[in-house]
This record gives sequence, structure tokens and C-alpha cells, in this order.
Amino acid sequence: MTLDFVSRADFIWALLPEIVLSCWAMAILLVGVWEKERPGLPPRNLRLLAWLSVAGLAATAGVNGWLYGVSGTDASGMIALDSFRLFANWIFLLGAALTILVSLPYIAKQRLQAGEFYTLVLLATVGMMVMAGTRNLILLFLAIETMTISAYVLTAYHRADRRSAEAGLKYFILGAFSSAFLLYGIALTWGATGSVNLAEIAQTIEAGAGFTGLLMAGMALLGVGFAFKVGAVPFHMWAPDAYEGAPSPSTAFMAAAVKAASFAALLRVFLEAFPGLYEAWYPVMWWLAALTMLVANLIALSQSSVKRMLAYSSVAHGGYLLVGVTAANEFATASVLFYLLVYTIMTIGAFGIVMIVSGHGEERLQVDDYAGFGWQQPVLGVLLTIFLLALAGFPGTAGFMAKIFLLQGAVESQLWTLAILLALTTVVSYYYYLRVAWYMWMRSADAGEPAIPVVAPGIVRFTLIGSAAVMIYLGVLPGAVLEGAISAAEHFGVVAGEAFMGLAR
Amino acid sequence: MTPLPFFGYLWILKRECFHKPSHRGLMSSSYLPVLILFGVSIVNAVGMLVAAHVLNPRRPTEQKDMPYESGMIPLGDTRARFSVKFYMVAISFIIFDLEAIFLIPWAVEMRYLGWEGFIAVSIFTAILVIGLVYEWRKGGLDWDE
Repeated sequence: MTLDFVSRADFIWALLPEIVLSCWAMAILLVGVWEKERPGLPPRNLRLLAWLSVAGLAATAGVNGWLYGVSGTDASGMIALDSFRLFANWIFLLGAALTILVSLPYIAKQRLQAGEFYTLVLLATVGMMVMAGTRNLILLFLAIETMTISAYVLTAYHRADRRSAEAGLKYFILGAFSSAFLLYGIALTWGATGSVNLAEIAQTIEAGAGFTGLLMAGMALLGVGFAFKVGAVPFHMWAPDAYEGAPSPSTAFMAAAVKAASFAALLRVFLEAFPGLYEAWYPVMWWLAALTMLVANLIALSQSSVKRMLAYSSVAHGGYLLVGVTAANEFATASVLFYLLVYTIMTIGAFGIVMIVSGHGEERLQVDDYAGFGWQQPVLGVLLTIFLLALAGFPGTAGFMAKIFLLQGAVESQLWTLAILLALTTVVSYYYYLRVAWYMWMRSADAGEPAIPVVAPGIVRFTLIGSAAVMIYLGVLPGAVLEGAISAAEHFGVVAGEAFMGLAR
Repeated sequence: MTPLPFFGYLWILKRECFHKPSHRGLMSSSYLPVLILFGVSIVNAVGMLVAAHVLNPRRPTEQKDMPYESGMIPLGDTRARFSVKFYMVAISFIIFDLEAIFLIPWAVEMRYLGWEGFIAVSIFTAILVIGLVYEWRKGGLDWDE
């Protein structure tokens, strides 16, 4: 099927995944509110809501798969019909589905309002999908707002908890601040090139038209806005506080899917609109990547709270991903997509177990609380160990393969220093990931300490085991998914790094 | 207190008077009157403030320092607590106010926009109706609770 966008219906076909998911989200909102609230008790239809949400995500995934067979004649339209968008959509849908499945007991235990929670997760996912799929800066801004406004609410979702409210406020203020940067950047870019379409901006830059100073300012502001959104180091201050204070399901969703969406949009804007200015933005990205890897890993070393450690680890992973953005060749883009997929699964997996351990009011978050957990709950202990090893990038797990591909992308663009820094900081990160595993298996709980009460229904265990299995499978046989990522990254490269492509295949 | 924009205005005036007019960007001569107006109003406003500050005699008394010199004595803090119900009403008002802003232009141009416009507005209204149903079920419309 080929869409020429002459008839209006073609726009509906091109946007079908987003349309399906937004309608589904509104339906879930109504289903959720139809049941009368029971103060102090979880909603009666909690399971129905969760399964309906997952079904909606599955339906959207089906439509997303169907879009692979659809091509558009307009290669510079407002909506991209390329496989970059479709691959990114898989990541977001998977992230949302895993978050919903893993957080079922948490929502019940904390008595959060389930209907609104699932609606917000789905609407944030819609925003992410538009972010990855649009070639129009104004639409991009709207999509970012759709996503982040849902994320603000999700952060402050635990209304009765002061930490959650504080985190929500911090995230909101700094998020609004960064949106302002982004919008100003869009305005200046428009002023310099006369267009908000990424393809047209690239053409204007290539033709040498446009105002260089204004364009540089616009690009710099866009870069600052995106650096805020992905939590790159000089602009990362909001991330640990927001991630630590937010309810754990929201943290998992933000650390995984929201970050993935920000990276997808960053790649699309900088590689589609500003490939002609690579010389100008490459040093900035270089420094952002180097600083993020160094600072985040060093701060993570000294964290005693597992949740805060995972928050800094999320910032550090942003640094690794920025290496791929700096490399800016097609293979590096593919490796960023692969990394985002792997990172989404392992982060949500790790947070899933943190949710189970943390208890009623999120009181068991310290590393000490994990002492002896592995022997009390062998299955969950092994699962958390696998996720931590994957996050650390241990050989045999998907995290290792993902880092190898990132390194390969960096080497293709001759980024030797960044590649060495990536490898070194990864070694540093082993300490703080494996410390949790060490506490789990090598330390026993204090004598008087009661065992950690675990509420983990079959579905949560099944999801976690499935995620861990995927982590090991992708660590051994990454070929098929990598091929998908490579075909998604077609045309997403500035530097022609073909020398090492033979090795990758 | 330096009226910085004023110098910018002088610079533009100089450029407009002594250089060949350039039409490269947005800064064409058609904006000159606006800039003159801008400069004059800034000089005027700042000048009056500065003059008042420098020239006036100041003899403060306790009576004069009160928030309302000739009005009621303030009773308490302005940060009084309102019931959250008022905020609910305010938020609902904003939403339906915005709905009116979108619907009235459509209604004016309804025949020109045709069925396509009608469908677009129907989708917009349907989404708002879902929001209204949500608010109603959630109890946002009940004043006594």
C-alpha cells in the first residue's frame, strides 16, 4: 500500500497507531471512572483495566507492524513513514506494556487510582510515538508536551506522599524550563531557515541560505532543550530527584520509555535537519557524552539507596547513548536504537523487583535492605542479578552486546577517546551494580530482621522471567533485532562509516 | 536606570539614515515607525519614573506607609485557604471557555469548511464530552460532598 496524501484518509492510515492508542486511552479513562471509588481499597476492576491497557498496546503494536507494509510517496511530509519511527514505536509500546504488567501489585498495594494511571501511561506513549514520527518542529513540541505533561502527573501520582509531590514539582518546573528552551530554539531555527520542516531546514542549510548566527543560536537552544530532556550531565539535576521521589512504576516508565523517546526525537532532529552542521554540534555532543558518563557513574558509586543508584545509572546510560549520537553514522544510530530497546527492558525489569522489595510505603530502598534477599527469594534474586548484570554490560547479556555495538559505531567515526571513556566508565559501573548483587547473595539479613514480605503474582513473575530471558537471548543472538535496527537507521547518518560494516554483519 | 533599548533605537535610526537600505532580513524600514514609537515610549516612561524619584519631597508617616492609605485596614494574610471546589470550577470553566473559542470560528465559517470541518469539530467535541463524563462520574460537578 502506498500513500500519496492526496486524499484525507491517507493521513488517518499514516497515523493509525497513534489514533488507535489515543482512542483506547480515552476508553480506559471511562472504564476506570465507572467503578465507584472505595476509599482505602484498590479499585475492583484493577486487573480488567491493566489487561485492557495491555490489549490496547498490543492492538497498537499490530497496527504498527502493519505499517511496515505501507510506504509514502512524500519523503519530507509532516509524518514520517520510515522504519525508524516504527522501530522506535516498538520500544515505547514495549516499555509501556512492561510497566503496566510489572506494576500491578504496586498499584494495588499503594491504592493508586488505576484508571487514570493507565490512561496517563497510554497518552504519554502516544506523545512518544508522535515524537519519533514527526518531521515538523511544532508537532514535535506538541508531542513532547503530551508526553512530559503525562510524565509530570505520573511523577506526582502518589498524592499523599511528600516525596512524590516534591519530585513532581521539581520535574515540572525544570521540565517547563527546558520546554521553553526547546521552543525558543524552534522559533530561532524557523527564523533562520523559514521552515519548521526538518527536510526543508536541511535543504536550506545545504544550499547555504539562511542566517548562520541565528541558526547556530537556534540549534544550540534545541540542543540544550534536548539535553534537559535526556538528562545529560550539566542539565541532569532534575533527574535523580524526580526519579527517586516518583512512585516506582512511574520511575521505571520515565527512566526507560520517556528517555527513549527523547533520544529518538534528538536523533531525528539533529540527523535529519542539521546534518550539514555536524562540524558545529559534534563537539557539544562530545562533551555532553563525556561529562555524562564520567559524572553520573562517579556519583552513582556513592549512593546507598538502590532507587537513587538506578536513577544515576539511568543518567549514565544516557551518556553511553550520547556517544552513539556523537558518532552520527548509520551503524551508530542503529546501535542507539538497539541499546534503547535493551535498556528499556532491563531498566523496567530492575525497577520491577525494586517495586516488589520496597514495600507498602516504599520504605525498603536501601542497599542494606537487600541483604540475604537472594536466598529468601531465589527466583527474584536471580532475576534481579540478571538485570543488574545486563545494566552493567556483563558479557553474555544484552547489555554487553548493546555496548559493543555502541563502541563499534564510535570507532567507525574515529571517536577513540569517547570509546575508551565508555569502556572505562562501564568498568566503574560494575562496582555499584554488583554491590547490590553482593548484598543479595553474600550478606545475610540481621538476626532480628523479619523476612521481606513479597507480593508477586504469577503475571509479574512471568513478565520478569520473560524479560530476563530476552536479555540473555539478545546477549547471545542479537542478529535479528540488530538487523531491524540497522534497516531502521537507514539515512540516519552524517559520517559515512562503512569501513567496519562488514564486521557487524 | 540606563534606557538601553534607546541606544539600540538610535543605532537603527543611524543605520537607516546613513546607510543604503538593506532588505536582507526582517529589519526593513517599514519597522522604523514602530521602533521610534518603542524608543519614545521607553524614554518617556523611564524619564517620568526617574523624575518623580528625584524631584519629589518625601515625608513618610505611619499612615502613609499603610497598603491602603484611605481604605480599610487589612484584616489578615492574603494567602487565605479556599476550598478545592473553587479550583474545580475554575478548571472546568477554562476548558469549556476554550471550547467556545474553537467552536465560534468554526460556526462562523461552517458552510465554507463543509463536512470536513464538521467531522473535525465533532471529534474535538467528543473528546471534551469524554472529559465531561469523567468529571461527572468522578464527582467534580457535585458541590455538596
